[in-house]
Amino acid sequence: MVTVIFPGRLESLADIRDFVVQAAKRAGFDEKDVYAVELAVDEACTNIIEHAYGNQESGEIECTCDVREGEIVIVLRDHGKPFDPDKIPEPNFSVGLAELKPRGAGLFIMKKMMDEVKFTFDSKKGNTLRMVKRKKPEDYP
Amino acid sequence: MDISTTQYKRCDVVKMNGRVDSNTAPMLEEVLTSLTQNGRYKIVFDMTDVDFISSKGWWVLIETQKVCRRYNRGEVVLACIQDRIRDSLNLVGMGSYFKIFNDVTSAVASF
Repeated sequence: MVTVIFPGRLESLADIRDFVVQAAKRAGFDEKDVYAVELAVDEACTNIIEHAYGNQESGEIECTCDVREGEIVIVLRDHGKPFDPDKIPEPNFSVGLAELKPRGAGLFIMKKMMDEVKFTFDSKKGNTLRMVKRKKPEDYP
Repeated sequence: MDISTTQYKRCDVVKMNGRVDSNTAPMLEEVLTSLTQNGRYKIVFDMTDVDFISSKGWWVLIETQKVCRRYNRGEVVLACIQDRIRDSLNLVGMGSYFKIFNDVTSAVASF
């Protein structure tokens, strides 16, 4: 298990992605699943920076990667505003282009890319987001 | 990260290298907005060297697509999109808003 703390600003996104990509590659995921993890973590961290911290560049993001048998568990912690996923409406990508509203895709993408996405809030510990990606049976050696 | 624009008779090709996230998407937005503000609505986005694109990048392309398709005056088409990016785009469901070409020549010829 490896944990790194990153400054909560958009310039950190590339470093955070590099960190989780290395962990996912070490875990033996294929290129497509590594990209899925990279995308989910980028969307999650963008939400933290822009919404939990309100783009103030003042907080931190603690990122933990835990490579286990057949899966990788990624935990992101922040001390920004509480996040309630139930208040985020799902985007509708079946509407015509003109009706498409540019918002709310981050959470939707995270759920599509990962096998588990779970948010918890604690007044002392802040927001915790736990995401799990599991290997498909054919990826096992 | 670099972005270049090549103007052809019938369209413009925008080529970018690197990763499009919330930090870098404003650069792409600036280039695309500059094109549409100059009346250039037929755009090929060459993704050969784009290794990553987050929802912020897709929203920039979708907003540009809205502007270009208005009055049927043009559109944004994608060329040389890497497989893993294409898979994620289709899984999320945003792929239907763009025509995708395997090479830049076919994309340019589509206009």
